[in-house]
Amino acid sequence: MLIYECVGPEVLLQVKILIQEYIKVFDAKTKILIPAGALGIPYDRDALARGLSENPDLIAIDGGSTDSGPYYLGTGRSKYSRNATKADWADLMAARTIANVPLVIGTAGTSGADSAVDWMLDITLEIARERGETLKIATLKSGQQKEKIITAFNKGAITPLEGAPNIDKTILDQCTNIVALAGIEQIQAALSSEADIIIAGRTTDTAIIAALPIARGCHKGAAWHGAKIAECGALATTNPNSGVILMSFDETGFTITPLAHDTSATPYTVSAHMLYENADPYILYEPGGWLDVRLAQYTAIDDISVRVEGSVWHETSNYTVKLEAARQAGFQTVSFVLVRDAHYCAHIHEWANALKASFEHKAQLNGLTETKLELRAIGRNATLGQLETNHSSDGEVGIMAIFTSLYQKQANEAAKMLNPDLLHLPLTPHEPMPTFAFPFSPPEMDRGPIFEFCLHHTMTLNDPMYAFRLQIIES
Amino acid sequence: MVRKIRSKNAGPFWLTLDIFCFDVENFNLIHSQLKTNKVANLFQIHESKLKRFDIPDLNVIKFSFPRPRIQGKAIDTDMHGASYAALLEELEMN
Repeated sequence: MLIYECVGPEVLLQVKILIQEYIKVFDAKTKILIPAGALGIPYDRDALARGLSENPDLIAIDGGSTDSGPYYLGTGRSKYSRNATKADWADLMAARTIANVPLVIGTAGTSGADSAVDWMLDITLEIARERGETLKIATLKSGQQKEKIITAFNKGAITPLEGAPNIDKTILDQCTNIVALAGIEQIQAALSSEADIIIAGRTTDTAIIAALPIARGCHKGAAWHGAKIAECGALATTNPNSGVILMSFDETGFTITPLAHDTSATPYTVSAHMLYENADPYILYEPGGWLDVRLAQYTAIDDISVRVEGSVWHETSNYTVKLEAARQAGFQTVSFVLVRDAHYCAHIHEWANALKASFEHKAQLNGLTETKLELRAIGRNATLGQLETNHSSDGEVGIMAIFTSLYQKQANEAAKMLNPDLLHLPLTPHEPMPTFAFPFSPPEMDRGPIFEFCLHHTMTLNDPMYAFRLQIIES
Repeated sequence: MVRKIRSKNAGPFWLTLDIFCFDVENFNLIHSQLKTNKVANLFQIHESKLKRFDIPDLNVIKFSFPRPRIQGKAIDTDMHGASYAALLEELEMN
């Protein structure tokens, strides 16, 4: 204590480094408990209790991804209900209290946008209040100011990744949320605040798991590789639905141990997990470097656990973070009609073309040419579109009519304009007027605003914390 | 002959397909018979855009390519990209 009171910050830093060196030599081993692949996915409660008895150093859980589509980043709202999230999160908070170690959630609230972090913080504070628990909470925000990103773009500091869409100032200006994916450095900064709970905005899936082992001097390649294997919970085991796994990291590798009784990790399930949602099964790009697992060795150490060594972490000279963004791309209204008439089913694409022609004619007359109509034939090729190779047909087709406009009112108007045709349009002028099946009244449904992902780029940072904001809240 | 084919988003801009062959004989057979250009044609993309990984350790053949329609864009029809596997499954049966 005396040292802390008497010395300046430089010496304090040296003390910190000494402590870190000490930890490196004597206690690099780090255990991370992962309850499930994401908050909101069911997990085995008994397995979680077993995990707590293993004395983990940290509990980590993923809170989202881009996988549910651009709406969640576009709006900054969660995919899951508040009540369900609160119930699951309360259980993990209770587990944290028992273990008395940090609980970290990454990509909070589905997208990791700032508003999603605030939503998660609100739930956390509510649970703490209800329990009368005093907590130190750190929030790490990943949201980016549009103006700063546009300036960086103009300076050439935003680099497209392979497969990135073209961007310009107008597109960036239409973004409702831009986030940068945090890596271990930002999570380590949050951990150094000694918070009980860390609510992180957008992070890479792996960073929340790899941060502590690397801070303690564990093998970097093993930490990143293990984090990738663990980020989906028990997906890298024989029973993906069991959820809970324990990851043990040390100076030379990592060991994965699933905690439910009905599952095991095998060299095959663990090594095959590098395939999952990864364009390249050997290489993983992260802030500040990349992981290469080509030389990794997977060894079964008992009936349920696998030991992995040999993965390599390469540091890059530039510190780059990936950016994600969603922009608003108009509004939609959707109508459904079901076609059960054999003659029309047999000529469904011709009928769709006739609908389209009628729509274009009416749109001209009604000043709705700005609204686009897309027709998808459910039961034919609504899933794969022009890629579909299976042209078999059954006795029923659903037509989903999607109206996209800059304004909700116009999309709805256009859908109503086509309503009589969806119900009654004949294939040829001289046949009896058909009537198809509307499943609802009205058959049109307003979808509200629609969004699209528009960044698959990186940004170089001089300091890892430059694009992120850490806040400490005492409940 | 293939036991399982899986397709999935690898982020919003990429799709990845994993062909699990499950044993060496199957792997060798598919490895030699499944031509990259045939897969490129199936997904209507240029062969140069298709990344192929033949992984004997796992008896897996993996293909990755930029999504034909960016995930969640108005014209996208499959948010999670899991249905693209069906095209390859049915190609195998031919």
